[in-house]
Amino acid sequence: MYRPKIVENLGEDEWIYAGHPACHGCGAALGLRHLLKTIGKNSILVVPAGCTSIIAGTMNAATFNIPFIHTAFGAAAAVASGVAEALSRRGRDDINVVVWAGDGGTYDIGLASLSGAAERGHNILFVLDDNEAYMNTGIQRSGGTPRGAWTTTTITGKKEEKKDIMKIVLSHHVPYAATASVAYPLDFNRKVKKALGIKGFKFIHLMAPCPPGWRFETHMTIEIARRAVLSGAWILMEYENGRMRLNPPSSNMLDKRRIPLEEYLMMQGRFKHVKEELLEELKRDVELRWSEIKEILEKQGKR
Amino acid sequence: MSRTKLVLTGNYASAYAVLHSRAEVVPAYPITPQTTIVEKIDEFIETGMLDATMVRVESEHSAMAVAIGASAVGVRTYTATSSHGLLYMYENLWWAANARLPIVATFVTRTLGPPWNIWSDHQDFMTLRDSGWILFMVKDAQEAYDLTIQAFKIAENPDVRLPVGIAYDAFVISHTAEPVELLTQEEADKFLPSPKAIQPLLDVDKPYSIGNLPKADYHYILRKNLWENILDAKNVIREVGKEYGELSGRDYSSLVEEYECEDADTVFISMGAMAGEGMDAVDKLRDKGYKVGHLTIRTYRPFPDHEIKTIAENAKRLIVFSRALSNGKGGILYDDVASTLYREGLRMETYDIIAGLAGTEVSEEDFMKIYHDVRSGKLDTGKSIFIRRGEYV
Repeated sequence: MYRPKIVENLGEDEWIYAGHPACHGCGAALGLRHLLKTIGKNSILVVPAGCTSIIAGTMNAATFNIPFIHTAFGAAAAVASGVAEALSRRGRDDINVVVWAGDGGTYDIGLASLSGAAERGHNILFVLDDNEAYMNTGIQRSGGTPRGAWTTTTITGKKEEKKDIMKIVLSHHVPYAATASVAYPLDFNRKVKKALGIKGFKFIHLMAPCPPGWRFETHMTIEIARRAVLSGAWILMEYENGRMRLNPPSSNMLDKRRIPLEEYLMMQGRFKHVKEELLEELKRDVELRWSEIKEILEKQGKR
Repeated sequence: MSRTKLVLTGNYASAYAVLHSRAEVVPAYPITPQTTIVEKIDEFIETGMLDATMVRVESEHSAMAVAIGASAVGVRTYTATSSHGLLYMYENLWWAANARLPIVATFVTRTLGPPWNIWSDHQDFMTLRDSGWILFMVKDAQEAYDLTIQAFKIAENPDVRLPVGIAYDAFVISHTAEPVELLTQEEADKFLPSPKAIQPLLDVDKPYSIGNLPKADYHYILRKNLWENILDAKNVIREVGKEYGELSGRDYSSLVEEYECEDADTVFISMGAMAGEGMDAVDKLRDKGYKVGHLTIRTYRPFPDHEIKTIAENAKRLIVFSRALSNGKGGILYDDVASTLYREGLRMETYDIIAGLAGTEVSEEDFMKIYHDVRSGKLDTGKSIFIRRGEYV
């Protein structure tokens, strides 16, 4: 019987039940499904306020078939620190403690507790589910919203650049950090597995498009996530002990073998208003990021 | 092993109670005047006296968040804070109560700024009044030690399952050394249940989602359950206090401490360090033949309505000293007492004395002056009266 590679790798067990209240086409719900398939039942999920507060289901129904704890908005990494230390005291270091936090709960209100937990090095996997705005409260801009994007609090487009959260996390000397995309579940799966095999604070930044927030049709989630990567706007990479490596397909894109940025942006209503001048600026932002990466790789020396 | 008596500050007494209670996870962030509690616990851990994990967090918000995470796994968890630290922690303090986590915390009361002020009043503590925490306020280091140990037993009682806070005044108690008798470790171990008896909320063998969106009707019942449980906790507090009394010789079977109240026509009511001054004033006034008593509120939440009613039925007037103010309303402790009287159908002379704000000292002379001015009709009943070092302001 034909088994697609994704089923082969991730298995047929489901830890997230059907009928959950996520929006149609929700990138985060898909990310959660793949995350949970990888971490399995011997795991505890720690989630601050955000879309997943809803996705988790309404009392007395639960979406997740593993222990799950809601936390105050800025508190996820700290609650997870407590969970990890308590488990360790009970000799249960085998249990995966995983934070799943949105961009608000990571870039903004959760940044201090993220920094504290990363610096202290608790045995936690922190997954940033990035949909680039406060979607659950109705699409308000966050520190993770990219320049130019419409939100309900930047109706003429955000003026500031997206915060470089990866640099912030890396400055804490974490043993493992990576980016991922819901369009590349095998890459995500491999990175989660790798992270769980490393002791200490691990960070995975998952790009998860949001149909109502980004203004696109619900069947386009994967296509948009893919184009984010293929245009070079979102770069798949990982850092192990501070050393960076690009992952496919981003690893083939250093020499500008990318689709035009507008083929990613113009599929989304949030960038509809972007005209020539701003588009050039956004392209420069992408180029700048890639030249930084080139520099880092050259400095490291090719292996 | 026989009991030891050490000369300890309130803060060190708390730390020794945490040691003898075998707390397992202690997250903390430094703030004056809480710091010496945590420093001492750290010393206990790093010298191998206490097998616990100290989590040196980056903020009080995270201190309580770590406590929430650890307690949800079912380990014995303790933290301490003060003043702005308590307010920075605030959201998670309510979270801990609503999540029914048996965390124990010490709150060293300190004035809120601005301007910066490290001295004691009870304004920080009073913000927890409605939170669902069981709240004690103690008047010396011995009580801080005794009640911290009892707090774990009360909090972890399956019928209670609520966080417990022990508060005391900055410096006057936190940094003032006095003789404190300690239990032996064996006695403490026998008195307290094993922390392994705490039911974990997070258990991979029994997966639950903790805190999912409720239906409003169901959430209403959860709120009502907490209300019933915190009221029922009065009996647990009494029973634990009685048991502790049999063990230690220091009885805690009442929510309050009555001093010369039996035949008193006038009763002072206060809490915290100033209660000592109030009782000294009672002695002096009794020497002159005045029938005066003092009631110390040791258990602030759940509120000792019954005890206050009993005292009030036998007295003519109550003089309540509040060290915290509800701006635009009055003394907070006064309002608590007044509403108890009204609910119980009692009408009597009551006086709302605002004393000790911003760390100003409250002396026995203040209590005596207030008593004489009340008796000579100089003070209005029901009106907030501000006294600062013997002067009305």
